Amino acid sequence: MSGYLPVLIFGLFIVGFGLVSLAVARLLRPSRPDAVKLMNYECGAVPIGQAWSQFPVGFYLVALIFIVFDALAVFLFPWVLVLRALGLSAFGVMAGFVAIIGLGWVYAYREGVLEWK
Amino acid sequence: MPPLAWHALMAFIVLNAILGLVAYVTLLERKFAARMQSRIGPYYVGRPHGWLQPIADALKLMLKEDVVPTAADRGVYNLAPIVFLVPCILIYATIPFAPDLGVADLNIGVLFFLAVSSLEIVGLFMGGWGSNNKYALLSAMRAVNQIISYDLPFIFAALVPVLLAGSLQMSTIVAAQQGLWFVAYPVFGQLAFVAFVVATLAAENRVPFDILEAESELVAGFRVEYSGMKFALIQLGEYAHMLGTSFLGALLFLGGWLGPGPAWLGPLWFLLKAVLVFLLVTWVRWSFVRIRVDQILAISWKVLLPASILLLFATGLWVATRGAGA
Repeated sequence: MSGYLPVLIFGLFIVGFGLVSLAVARLLRPSRPDAVKLMNYECGAVPIGQAWSQFPVGFYLVALIFIVFDALAVFLFPWVLVLRALGLSAFGVMAGFVAIIGLGWVYAYREGVLEWK
Repeated sequence: MPPLAWHALMAFIVLNAILGLVAYVTLLERKFAARMQSRIGPYYVGRPHGWLQPIADALKLMLKEDVVPTAADRGVYNLAPIVFLVPCILIYATIPFAPDLGVADLNIGVLFFLAVSSLEIVGLFMGGWGSNNKYALLSAMRAVNQIISYDLPFIFAALVPVLLAGSLQMSTIVAAQQGLWFVAYPVFGQLAFVAFVVATLAAENRVPFDILEAESELVAGFRVEYSGMKFALIQLGEYAHMLGTSFLGALLFLGGWLGPGPAWLGPLWFLLKAVLVFLLVTWVRWSFVRIRVDQILAISWKVLLPASILLLFATGLWVATRGAGA
């Protein structure tokens, strides 16, 4: 895992950069809040209620299908690496697997799941 | 020098190079956009041609008052810019800018890039949710829609060069393009590059896939309540992500640092190619109109996703039948 040490250091530098620049800005900037300024921006109208209300998410069924295909992508990563060595047999197995998932995709398509509602 | 100090020095240099590069890429985009619209663009700060404009912008944003809405969820709201910024710059960790010049040339480089790159949605959603603003929340929801729609074509398009090179390590992928850049690879290369660019536009939330900031309906999207340095960090992250994806495109398809001339020219070739990919994306941005939410969903799930899977498997069949050797 030692190969990941530079990545960790790099990540810490990025966090450090963000925090330091926010801290410096805090020291430099003016602060003159008032009630109207601190209101949520809705193009000048006074906001009615909270934004955290229930509203329909048009794509939640698509999100479920996304998880299926994302899992497929996870299987594809090792597959693309060994395909050259294993040849057609590996190709056939994965093609069968994707064909099964593809049937699910066709079903979802015909049921209209892929439409925005 | 002890390895730890060496890693720290390298990470520091790369981070600063990226920050400087991203600052000037914003100037490049503004100049480019201005030219496309027969304007001059930034001119007065740092005459001629406004070459000090990015620095002036950074100073201005640093001195701006930070307005936090009373209704916002302060913890989430304040944390969001950092959470957004980290993955956007961390993607550069696995990109080698020349052989042995980079933070870490991991053996799973492309996987790391793709995984970290899609993490930006977490910070984005935190910003949209924490602001307690209706525009911001709608924008964040649209962003999630976009990421679930275009992450998959993005992965599948990026896997085509990986398949041709037989490795996830970035330096090996470049080495495999010694004879022929993957974009010049018959049929598969060009199709994959087109799919990659389209998915890139969506992954970067650029026009024509910019429904989540859609100025005319959502003002500025998820960052509408941000001001001052927090806004600056979000913008920086966004442009860093865009440039990082351009670097990935140049590395996967355009041969990375390969080019004529001595080896030390390599990083410059790589930079030139990445900037060209960036300009391609910018060109599209200033040429097309925004498409609707339902169209975005339809284009991805009905066309781009099956097409990119088929392309990946066609390439797979080609590679499997040819056996060893590219």
